[in-house]
Amino acid sequence: MEFKTVLTSCPYCGCGCGLLLEVLDGKLVGTLPSKTSPVNHGKLCVKGWTVHEFVTSPNRLTKPMVRKGDTLQESSWDDALNLAATRLKEIKEKYGSDSIGVLTSAKCTNEENYVLQKFARAAIGTNNIDHCARL
Amino acid sequence: MSSKIKETVQKLLAENKIKGFLGLREENGHIMPHLFCDPKELDALSLGDWKKAGDTRYPLNQLMIRLTMEYPEETFAVLVRGCDERGLKELFKWKQLNEEKIVPIGMGCPDELAKACECEKPFPDSLIDGPKGGKADSQKVTRIEAMDLDARLQFWKAEFDRCIKCFGCRNICPMCFCNECSLEEDQLVGTGEIPPANPTFHLARAIHMVGRCIDCGLCEEACPADIPLRTLYKKVAEIISKEFGYKTGFSVDEKSPFNIIEVK
Repeated sequence: MEFKTVLTSCPYCGCGCGLLLEVLDGKLVGTLPSKTSPVNHGKLCVKGWTVHEFVTSPNRLTKPMVRKGDTLQESSWDDALNLAATRLKEIKEKYGSDSIGVLTSAKCTNEENYVLQKFARAAIGTNNIDHCARL
Repeated sequence: MSSKIKETVQKLLAENKIKGFLGLREENGHIMPHLFCDPKELDALSLGDWKKAGDTRYPLNQLMIRLTMEYPEETFAVLVRGCDERGLKELFKWKQLNEEKIVPIGMGCPDELAKACECEKPFPDSLIDGPKGGKADSQKVTRIEAMDLDARLQFWKAEFDRCIKCFGCRNICPMCFCNECSLEEDQLVGTGEIPPANPTFHLARAIHMVGRCIDCGLCEEACPADIPLRTLYKKVAEIISKEFGYKTGFSVDEKSPFNIIEVK
């Protein structure tokens, strides 16, 4: 038997509220706001309060998906990345770098966001990069 | 940290009288709920006093409900202050917890905390350590009652206007155990709207606190909009006490006025 709470940061936006995940026998069962977090002082918004729900959601993608016609089909990482790279190259050559935009997310880490802006500027050659926190 | 509480829990665990103790653990400067099953872990025990007395209280009874649903045959101990013990008494009556399977480990709150809470009884009957303080009067309710009816309505509407509908007050509440919640019922409170209907949303919750609210104040602490919810529910408790002679969490036998069905 094990019941504990694990301190982590909310993955939803860039605020970084501290939250406690309630873990019962290795299973995620609830969320509580951290009272000792200097960011949120024991408070959360509706999204933070429901973090434990999306982790086990059956709607989460577990494999890369490629659109074929009107439907999304499961694919391997290699095939999906090859397709994305090929199409991005084609579009860049035909319409120019600024015809491509990159949207990133507050759910990613700082480092992942850095890598993506580097990819947009150095690999694609555009400043068209934005973030879900501004949507 | 109280050595008396630690020793009591150590003894209960050593004698196999309890499967675990639901309390608070301090780790890397943070305080969080934890189930202590091994006496060796108790060095990290915290009583919820971080920078000030009682500033890191968590709804342990709510976690206890979840734990006993998974392990209904086991006996657990739980850290309680006066308010938490009032909660336990109500939860026993509402059949959310089994009195025979719960061992309350009581601590009294210091005067400073009792005054800030305006607590009716800042210590539990199962007191093991800490002061046995007296009743603190509620000035917050009195201050609002001094306004005339129009001003009072305007005051509350302005307070509720800041609500971002995070459901934090309900989510953190150790007495909110319903599977279906009126606050998510479209017929009663418009769903999918932000801000929520004012004052319907908060008054619906206030009414549902009748015979439930044990005045722990966790709702107000969790509110990102600083709505004085505790003062509102204190008034609810006062009405129930005056009109029905019922004091929530003070008896284990007497049922709340919302829980009595009279057959004529």
